[in-house]
Amino acid sequence: MNALRNYIKSLFLLELFKGMSVTGRYLFRRKFTVQYPEEKAPVSPRFRGLHAQRRYPNGEERCIACKLCEATCPALAITIEAAPREDGQRRTTRYDIDLFKCIYCGFCEESCPVDAIVETRIYEYHFENREDAVMTKDKLLAVGDKYEAQIAADRAAQAPYR
Amino acid sequence: MSEDRATVTIEVDGREIQAKAGDMLINVTDAAGIPIPRFCYHKKLSVAANCRMCLVEVENVPKPLPACATPVNDGMKVYTRSPKAIAAQKGTMEFLLINHPLDCPICDQGGECELQDVAMGYGGDVSRFVEAKRVVPNPDLGPLVSTDMTRCIHCTRCVRFGAEIAGIRELGATGRGEHMRIGTYVEHALNSELSGNIIDVCPVGALTSKPFRFRARAWELTQFDGIAPHDAVGANIHLHVQNGKVMRVVPKENEAINETWISDRDRFSYEGLYSSDRLMQPMLKDNGAWREVEWEEALEAAVNGLRAAMGSDSAQFGTLIAPTSTVEELYLAQKLTRGLGSGNIDHRLRQTDFRSLGDHPPFPWLNGAIADLEDVDAALVIGSHTRKEQPLLAHRLRKAALKGAYVALLNPFEVPLSHDAEQIAVSPASMVAELAAIAKAAGVKATGDLKKRIDGAKPDDRHKAIAQRLRDAGHGRILLGNLAAAHPDYVLLQALASELAQTVGAGLGYLPVAANSVGAAIAGAEAGRLPGWKRTDAAALDAGAMLEKGLRTYLIAGIDPELDCANPAGAVATLAGAECVVALTAYRTPTLEQVADVMLPMALFAETSGTYVNGEGTWQGARGVVAPVGKARPAWKILRVLGNLLGLEGFDYESADAVRSELEAECEGFEPAAGEIELGDAALMLQNDGLVRAGDVPIYAADTLVRRAGALQHTPDATTGFVSLNPTEAARAGLADAREVRVTQGENSVTLPLEIDPAVPDGCVRIPAGVPGSAGLGVPFGAVGLEKG
Repeated sequence: MNALRNYIKSLFLLELFKGMSVTGRYLFRRKFTVQYPEEKAPVSPRFRGLHAQRRYPNGEERCIACKLCEATCPALAITIEAAPREDGQRRTTRYDIDLFKCIYCGFCEESCPVDAIVETRIYEYHFENREDAVMTKDKLLAVGDKYEAQIAADRAAQAPYR
Repeated sequence: MSEDRATVTIEVDGREIQAKAGDMLINVTDAAGIPIPRFCYHKKLSVAANCRMCLVEVENVPKPLPACATPVNDGMKVYTRSPKAIAAQKGTMEFLLINHPLDCPICDQGGECELQDVAMGYGGDVSRFVEAKRVVPNPDLGPLVSTDMTRCIHCTRCVRFGAEIAGIRELGATGRGEHMRIGTYVEHALNSELSGNIIDVCPVGALTSKPFRFRARAWELTQFDGIAPHDAVGANIHLHVQNGKVMRVVPKENEAINETWISDRDRFSYEGLYSSDRLMQPMLKDNGAWREVEWEEALEAAVNGLRAAMGSDSAQFGTLIAPTSTVEELYLAQKLTRGLGSGNIDHRLRQTDFRSLGDHPPFPWLNGAIADLEDVDAALVIGSHTRKEQPLLAHRLRKAALKGAYVALLNPFEVPLSHDAEQIAVSPASMVAELAAIAKAAGVKATGDLKKRIDGAKPDDRHKAIAQRLRDAGHGRILLGNLAAAHPDYVLLQALASELAQTVGAGLGYLPVAANSVGAAIAGAEAGRLPGWKRTDAAALDAGAMLEKGLRTYLIAGIDPELDCANPAGAVATLAGAECVVALTAYRTPTLEQVADVMLPMALFAETSGTYVNGEGTWQGARGVVAPVGKARPAWKILRVLGNLLGLEGFDYESADAVRSELEAECEGFEPAAGEIELGDAALMLQNDGLVRAGDVPIYAADTLVRRAGALQHTPDATTGFVSLNPTEAARAGLADAREVRVTQGENSVTLPLEIDPAVPDGCVRIPAGVPGSAGLGVPFGAVGLEKG
């Protein structure tokens, strides 16, 4: 009996038509393919992309070299060296994030008491040399300066949930 | 008194504990390992009971009691975690946090803060305080301690430390309640040689280390044990290391040696490791020009130089080694020197009087445990600026003095002390006479030259009082310090001190000059002494003779010749005239460039394993915890390789431990014996005519490392040299209004700033040794001429 059923199934290509019906169904559905890079998918304000360091509106860098992000980083991607600045304030002399090590968990951002280190929505970046993967303090601040409006809006959107 | 107290049984959190009646509750719980939070209580300081953090509930007492100020009674029942105790602790914590800024992320104490820890364990999670917090301006306490007084919780540990331990009330509290402030009142830099300890006692981030400020977090540092290489205490320290660099030094508790304290010199000298003049690569002089070379080439050049010495007349070779070197280095240096057929090795670089003390002189050590100094009834210190020479030994002596001991000092100038003492300050030329007067008052019977001195003395009431107090003391001690060791009549001082000690029944001890002076004597790095301090009659020149005679070849290790030798000008001239000078050095200095032919970069403390023998004779080993900078290598390895290349026997050590074991085997049966001084020819060398120089070595000029410690060199104790006279002498010399003085000593002369100081006696002029300003002069004690500069 079973043998007969299998014979009929294979003779009339039933499995094939079943499969093709799925294909056919999607052929006429609304498409959600995005024509990247001309078109882009929506990104959540919680997106954890490229890191940035922020400044206060008066231009002062936020980071105070407390080293909590370095301590919390599970991938040991952050390296910080600190020293007193000329005005006696606690500041970093070196702040490096190795993007090859980083796992984009966002713990650095969560641990930061002054919202200095953040992960932005930016996910379009590339390196041409291995050493470019190390985000230095200058590069991080440059990212922060460039996208401050977006970063601030994202933090504001997230504020009720933090 | 404390021994016959009754033993009582108390119950803490349902656990029965035996305790001595009258002990404070917190001592008992600490010993039993029961945690009680505290801020103001510190086991080495008096009880203040002002922070109220240690409140606990005691049965049948209506209110919670502070554990630090509650003596235990028999049958007492204590609850440290009952609802009442917890409520009290939480309430205290909330009050403490009212005015404490919650800025832990920028605070240097973050991660090692007692307030942070206790708030975590005993505080609430949310503050109800919404009013304005107070802000307190920060006083500038100098280059060592940085302040953030807004964070202060007024535990007064630092104030009590100053009053009770350092003996200088530099910090105090002004105002009351919320207006209370800790500070110096009149702003000035801390002047205590123990001031760094307030960083450790401060439970919050109000007082932190300035050189270490913002450099690293507690959790990034790896802690290693070490031994401080600066004084004869050999304080136990913890080295905190990050990325192969020593970031800071903190004390390691050792009740027998340094208790819980270390001196500022031990704490901040690590900065010298990373001085900009560290020698990174072996260097060779080629036709007067220095060039960097590889180790092979440098060693070959060194060996050729030394082999020339071996080939010709081996007595024309000598080794000068710093008494701050490790025992292993000292032992290998003497083995190498003696292997080359020369007996010329010495570590007593600052000594000037090497006349014979007979066949069995006393061993130059403290003659007793460091902790025993606390229990002396009477002490006579001869030639020592105790606080600045031996900060922690001075602290022990101070403890004795506070307990009622009689302390007398005989010095070439009056030294600032933190306890009561009888001070005799006379011109260096009169020191022997003064000591002879004390000896005469004590009834010392002597023969020969000594008898002449004693017979000629005229004891006055002070001398008689000192002699009487020493004789009455059950535990008396006579100590010879660094100023005596550098004195041109050192043997006379030693002989008089020894006779005096025997007559009055006191112990004779030495305050060893450097971290390993005792170790050097044991390791045989001394002219006429083999390892184990065994006498040898083989021909040998001491440090003074080596530099006076002028040898053909020298090996110098770990010294700056212009600062570490008794006669700086003479030493540099002699070394410059030598055919070959091989220098093991950690630093590249203009003088070494001038005198040396090969410079081999050596590792410093913390970079090399080695042993230090402190004043009481304790062998303390330390490991190398960071890699030496550049191409520097541990000195014991350099000496070992030199031994190999020279083809000497027995230089096949694989570790510093192997060197130490060999030395220990050679020292088997060595006991520092009391000894007997037999003076040979002992005429008075220093005559009392005109002005006589007294050259003490300032605290932060004592050795190569500390001279390069940046922060210490900015303290009030640091100096590059000065001339100090009392007002009468200044007027007599026509220098009353002079600012600079031209000092002439023999053929040498330098110009130095003048300071008028009434502590300097008549006939004496104080010009520190071991500092750049006086490097152009001769021996630390001698006649000098002054004129307006």
